[in-house]
Amino acid sequence: MTMMTATSSIEGIRSAIARGETTARAVAEGCLARIAEEDGRIHAFLTVDREQALAQAVHVDEIAAKGGALPPLAGVPVGIKDVLTLEGLPATAGSKILEGYRPPYTATAVQKLAQAGAIFPGKLNCDEFAMGSSNENSAYGPVHNPHDLDRVPGGSSGGSAAAVAAGMTLAALGTDTGGSIRQPASFCGVVGVLPTYGRVSRYGLIAFASSLDRIGPFAGNVRDAATVLGVMAGHDPMDATSSPLPVPDYTAELDRSADQGVCGMRLGVPAEYFAEGLDGEVRSAIEDGIERLRAAGAVICPISLPHTRYAIPAYYVIATAEASSNLARFDGVRYGLRAPQSDTLAAMYRRTRDVGFGAEVKRRIMLGTYVLSHGYYDAYYRKAQQVRRLLAEDFLSAFRKVDAIVTPTAPTPAFRIGEKSDDPVAMYLADIYTVTASLVGICGISVPCGKSRAGLPIGMQILGRHFEEGTIFRVGQALENLLAS
Amino acid sequence: MANAERVSLEDVRRVAELAYLELTAEEESRMRRDLNAILDYVAQLGELDTSQAAPMTQVSEVLRTGAEVATEELSVLRDDLPVPCLERERVMASAPESDGVFFKVPKVIER
Repeated sequence: MTMMTATSSIEGIRSAIARGETTARAVAEGCLARIAEEDGRIHAFLTVDREQALAQAVHVDEIAAKGGALPPLAGVPVGIKDVLTLEGLPATAGSKILEGYRPPYTATAVQKLAQAGAIFPGKLNCDEFAMGSSNENSAYGPVHNPHDLDRVPGGSSGGSAAAVAAGMTLAALGTDTGGSIRQPASFCGVVGVLPTYGRVSRYGLIAFASSLDRIGPFAGNVRDAATVLGVMAGHDPMDATSSPLPVPDYTAELDRSADQGVCGMRLGVPAEYFAEGLDGEVRSAIEDGIERLRAAGAVICPISLPHTRYAIPAYYVIATAEASSNLARFDGVRYGLRAPQSDTLAAMYRRTRDVGFGAEVKRRIMLGTYVLSHGYYDAYYRKAQQVRRLLAEDFLSAFRKVDAIVTPTAPTPAFRIGEKSDDPVAMYLADIYTVTASLVGICGISVPCGKSRAGLPIGMQILGRHFEEGTIFRVGQALENLLAS
Repeated sequence: MANAERVSLEDVRRVAELAYLELTAEEESRMRRDLNAILDYVAQLGELDTSQAAPMTQVSEVLRTGAEVATEELSVLRDDLPVPCLERERVMASAPESDGVFFKVPKVIER
């Protein structure tokens, strides 16, 4: 699906510009042409900004013309999920309630990419307020999976995954609260990274559930994903939850471990992730991937994460409780939509939120408000937080025995548009293997690991300890190499 | 699934009021159906004995980092010095209704 040319990797583009074989402007023009050609079918973009993209490209070309060292993402087209702010462009979060809003500032993660020479062709479609697993909850219409247009790209960062899979951008930013980067990466056959909670600043991210939300990259391969994460990671005075821990040089680590690969690494395989509900083709693809890692010298260790089945119910209590609070700010006063002709302030709030929010967002606000309401707090919210602790203990205990954990990313390949849209619980189960890492705060990556007979991509999820992204990149790189050979 | 319905129509209306949501009759009945289905699913949390588990509110609670980092983590607050904030003009430009200085809203106080 992805164009295989000299400019199909970050280093390929950067060195081609440095050697004068191409220009950032030519790369940007190519990217915009590809969007014009492809996106009518896929609908990954909510906004395309030709002028901004070309201005960024010209700036990179000026640096190259002076013979200066090019920054790490020089000339690399990166799509931005529409829950992140980029000054000058709309930020809808996939919602009608933010229609027309142009944020007056740029998210730190986006700013860091810009400073590293990235080019932003536009903003990417997603489920409304990042709530969904199929991208069908976007108020601006669904995204279609580039591998089969009748199927969903996954969600909520469906536009980000589809843009990379269709070769419209080389990389993209997404956000992951319960699986919203890893699951669409799996469905679209690209790499998607959930960084450790605190690794990337969230300043400029429209919040969904603050104890869970993370920003991470999509890319066509593990090395590019590691490069993008390295650029945007690190402490930010504007986000008190961003970690002061130093950011390793992820690509240098990959170079150092290149000869060794996974040899001698201990990889845990949790029984609970291969139980009832796992599609047979996904199972055999992941088992085949694990077998290849074993043949390459990894020590495969059967493990148990006993509280796995409680993760989805705990997640939906915690995430919706936090969402009901975060989404209180959308009231028609400071930004976005306001329902006209209300006599009272309360009526204006209610009518604005009624016309501005879609069905799933209302459902989650209602659920979150209910579980926090008088008489239910202990039974639901406190209970879910206690279960979250048990899940964390499962993982901390497993990571005393293994270096990383390997699982399927999602229980099935991409499902059909409309297939689950009337059953919220069935839809929530699409995140069954991803919500655990979200609750625990550890890092994870989804790496393509074969396809179904129908040609639909399957992803392997690799989970690592807090702040050990280098380990999951190493395993992911090894898997990528093994499947390519 | 459940013996008794957890969420009644009255509950839906009460929670919608708390959440500042205005639901149509059709939305109310669908919401009641969906909330009951989700809460029936959530009810399985009750199977677990959590009496020994402290609630986990933040990821940082389970991070066992070095003392050096822990000290740094305590100082997430910046010095209390005035710094420039976003320009009023650019912020007010996003408002649905503004006089350029204040946000305008429907009248709150009756006189």
